[in-house]
Amino acid sequence: MVQFRSIVEWMNEVPGGKFPANCQLPTASPASRLCQFNRAAGLTDPHQSTIQMIEATRPDPDELLKAIQSREGKRGFLKVFLGASAGVGKTYAMLGEAHEQRARGVDIVIGYVVTHGRAETEALVDGLEVIPPKTLTHRGTNLQEVDVEAIIDRAPEIVLVDELAHSNAPGSTHAKRWQDINDLLAAGISVFTAVNIQHLASLNDVVTQVTGVRVQETVPDSFFEQADEIELIDLAPAELQQRLKEGKVYVPERIEHALEGFFKTSNLTALRELALRRTADTVDAEMQRLRIQEGTRGTWATRDRIVVCIAPNPMGPRVVRAAARMAAANHAELIALYVESDRQSNRGHQDHDHARQAMELAEELGFELVHLNSHDIVSEIIGFANRRNATLIVVGKPIKARWKEVLFGSVVDELVRVSGDVDVHVITGSTEATSKQTPVERKPEFLTRQGVTLAILACGLSTAVSFPLFPWIDTANVAMIYVLAVALVATKCNRYEAGLVSLISVLAFNFCFVEPRFTFAVSDVRYLVLFTVMASIGLVISSLTSRLRDQVRLSSERERRTASLYSLSRQLAQGRSKIEISKGAAKEISTVFNGEVAIFVKDEDRLTVLASSESKFEDLPNERAVAMWVLDHLEPAGLGTDTLPGSRAIYLPLKGAEQSIGVLAFKPQGNFDSRSQRQLLETFTNGLGLALERIYLAKKSNEAQLSAESERIRSTLLSSISHDLRTPLTSITGAASSLVHGTGDTKELSETIYSESMRLNQQIQNLLDMTRLQSGNVELNLSWQSPQELVASAIEKASPALANRQLEVNHKGALGLFQADGLLVEKALVNLLENAGKFTKEGDSIKVTVFAENSNIVFLVTDTGPGIAPSVLSRIFSAGFHTEGGGFGLGLSIVEAIARLHSGRCSVTNLPSGGAAFRIEFPRPDRQPEVPNG
Amino acid sequence: MVKILVIDDEMAIRKFLVASVDPATHLIIEAADGQTGIRLAATESPDVILLDLGLPDIDGVEVTHRIREWSQVPIIIVSARGDDDNKITALDAGANDYLTKPFSLPELFARIRVLLRSAGQSATESIVTIGDVSIDLSAHVVRKGGVEVRLTKTEFKMLALLAKNLGKVLTHTHILREVWGPEYIEELHYLRVYSQQLRSKLEDDPSQPKMLITETGVGYRLRGE
Repeated sequence: MVQFRSIVEWMNEVPGGKFPANCQLPTASPASRLCQFNRAAGLTDPHQSTIQMIEATRPDPDELLKAIQSREGKRGFLKVFLGASAGVGKTYAMLGEAHEQRARGVDIVIGYVVTHGRAETEALVDGLEVIPPKTLTHRGTNLQEVDVEAIIDRAPEIVLVDELAHSNAPGSTHAKRWQDINDLLAAGISVFTAVNIQHLASLNDVVTQVTGVRVQETVPDSFFEQADEIELIDLAPAELQQRLKEGKVYVPERIEHALEGFFKTSNLTALRELALRRTADTVDAEMQRLRIQEGTRGTWATRDRIVVCIAPNPMGPRVVRAAARMAAANHAELIALYVESDRQSNRGHQDHDHARQAMELAEELGFELVHLNSHDIVSEIIGFANRRNATLIVVGKPIKARWKEVLFGSVVDELVRVSGDVDVHVITGSTEATSKQTPVERKPEFLTRQGVTLAILACGLSTAVSFPLFPWIDTANVAMIYVLAVALVATKCNRYEAGLVSLISVLAFNFCFVEPRFTFAVSDVRYLVLFTVMASIGLVISSLTSRLRDQVRLSSERERRTASLYSLSRQLAQGRSKIEISKGAAKEISTVFNGEVAIFVKDEDRLTVLASSESKFEDLPNERAVAMWVLDHLEPAGLGTDTLPGSRAIYLPLKGAEQSIGVLAFKPQGNFDSRSQRQLLETFTNGLGLALERIYLAKKSNEAQLSAESERIRSTLLSSISHDLRTPLTSITGAASSLVHGTGDTKELSETIYSESMRLNQQIQNLLDMTRLQSGNVELNLSWQSPQELVASAIEKASPALANRQLEVNHKGALGLFQADGLLVEKALVNLLENAGKFTKEGDSIKVTVFAENSNIVFLVTDTGPGIAPSVLSRIFSAGFHTEGGGFGLGLSIVEAIARLHSGRCSVTNLPSGGAAFRIEFPRPDRQPEVPNG
Repeated sequence: MVKILVIDDEMAIRKFLVASVDPATHLIIEAADGQTGIRLAATESPDVILLDLGLPDIDGVEVTHRIREWSQVPIIIVSARGDDDNKITALDAGANDYLTKPFSLPELFARIRVLLRSAGQSATESIVTIGDVSIDLSAHVVRKGGVEVRLTKTEFKMLALLAKNLGKVLTHTHILREVWGPEYIEELHYLRVYSQQLRSKLEDDPSQPKMLITETGVGYRLRGE
């Protein structure tokens, strides 16, 4: 801001605040932008412009946060030594830098370096600590791979790992070396690595076009872009070729071959250009990042968003790569969109494979994947692009025969026509160009034995039926019988078989019924029309029915999917416990996908099995390790993925909205490779994750509610207790101090001390009782009790509080005995009596009635006091309830707790005649114990 | 002169007892722990012992046991509430009565008087009189207001047991063992029924008994005054 302040001051000096037309500012972009800005807005008030300027230069908080995170995160630093081709000296440069770092005191080790027998390079390995690679044996060959665990255990500051694009030997943790390096970075270890430009996934096509060699080992651009520093090791092609000739790159016998092939000057120049451009892009990105950190806002206000349409044709991967390159240039966000339409559903499997391949590549290149279903592809694409505010649609256009385009139109033309504001970038190309890439073509359906038999039978039958009828009906009607046969067969067969049946029918009809009969000669041209119609009917019907069949299959598939999703979501919604939900989901998933399912949940950094599979595969230590990995990294692993593909099952993380919940393991019975299957499984897994999280959160909120409630009770209790304890204490202290000073009536003061002490004792006792009863671990000392006896002893105990009250005890009928904790029941009765004593005055009467009612023993304590205010009737038994002026304290809540502990009840009512009736009842067994006579 | 041995580690309690009694009629001997208490019980031969259950060195129940090995001096247990199990064990071990803290002096001296009186009664005295009820232990005759009350054999056995230990709290277990036999010590309902029967035959108002007192959770006692 210091810099800007001077500009503002300078601006203020300008007379009238007007800018000269040829405004030349002493500093770079921010100021000139400001100048433009003010000119554009026509601002004249310099103060206002100051405020505007501050806003304009304040960095976006999100971007700043990202920048800070990338600086402060524990993740290691990644430096990539990038070369245009082999032999430019990447490893050499990397080792050279390592020595420099080591000289500076940095703890640097070699994790994996291949010297290719180059003497200069080998010399540099000396003096550096090497962590020996681990050896894996695969089909009798020993393969060496980076020992990630050993490096993490050793924990150096920097580790050198050569050949970023390397594919690991089968049986390794990860399929690719860059994943190993990712683990090292995640462990906080910085990594130096080297790679050639041709291994970058998005450049794969270009490199293939340039060199004619398709590189199989690729590194995703998303990983490459994570590099904190990229050092380009550049070497002029002539120099490289010279090195090659000197035998510094390859062993002599391979030199000639290499110079003619890959190391041609044209190849090397093209690759060098790619490498230089890529590095320039990265430097540019770094520049942007720095500008963000320094508080200068770049000119890109909003991010471009590119929607890439994937079509079921072999051009998909090309389109995806082209879009990725475009996006890299202007930092756009990429979305790969595949719209499946019912028009496409009758396409062959290989077309779907093309689309799947393109989607997989897009995922690898860091695209967002979107899969939609619609019968109108074009409007769906446009609608999606508008919804997502896309700036560009990239679409591929395979070159088709001209007549086909004229006849059937093309999605691309339609798209361009209706795209409106959104730009459409069309990538054209012949389908053949990429057809090499397509996987083994599936055998198309051709003639089946069943179909041919049906065709022959149908023709034979038609002929057999027509023959006897022929004298009575004319040839046109006979033809109709054949048409019927063709139509019937076509509904059951594919188009080849339909063609076959049409052909046979035409031949049979011609041979048997067309003049001249019993020859294949045709005298009348009209019959040619008939033949054509017959063949067309057969083809049309068969193609219609086969499309219908496909649609039926597709919709039944969808229906099954929807039904299973519905059933799963019902299970998930109904489940009340984690176990219930997991068991239900496991059962559902194993039925839908045909396999075994195990579900783990995180339990304080350990995994606990919630639903186990039949074969208990999840208990194997190896499988458990995969599950643990998935929980740590929140990415799928296991069968069919890049990570730990050797395990028996696929492991998917169960993610909630806020945290990781656990892992779902699925071990398929048959083959399980279809993308849609896996997507559906992931949908299931997401639902399950959310459902489990719901249970977890519900439990949490319940606990929070409970603790808030008990906190509330405790605080009211505390305030009521401090009141109850302080009142008698005040009287005692006062009276005792008078006695100490020898003032006042000794007897009266002593009496006060005595009675207040007793009251204090009572309060403390109540408090202790309440604490004990509320602690929840009260063990009832149940034994047979006599109600009369308890009433009598309670009256005896409560007698100080009942002085000069008219006490009446009534026993109605045979009471028998009941099972109770005598001390507690006595305590409850004492509290009720003391309560009655408190609310009556001398001379009032208190009545205790005991009777048996419906298998209960009922104690009723009635008084002739003022009764209970209706507003507090419902709260009178709750802990901490306190009325003004003395209050009930804890006595009645103790009564309630005791009744509850005995599965009994207590209640209070106001008597019509005035006074309150407290009622407490305890269950009484119908079967009374036997007592011997005598 | 009544010699009272107070075994209690709380100095404040001992001090207040010393300050409260009339030195002309009562003598308080203080012991701050169980060992000293047992020693003083032997050397000072007190008339009554006031024993706190929670002593720093040995358990009050253990002190009762040791003293009962050689002496029948009346022992009054002083316990805090919630200490019911220890209280019952101490009573079973031979303590005569119990008081719950806090207690008042008149209450304490009333207990002491009752115990001293019944301790003074010689075993040969076979007639126990409580109010208008007289119990002739040797003749097995009980009279109320001069009229003979017919008791069953078990009723009399229970009443006689309580009368022989007039004023002393007898635990449920103790009564059941003495009256019905050791195999019946769990049958608490026998006591509930028989005490009720005794009250209806001997008390003026069986619903508010003055003679056969229930010590809830502990046992019964026949009140002597």
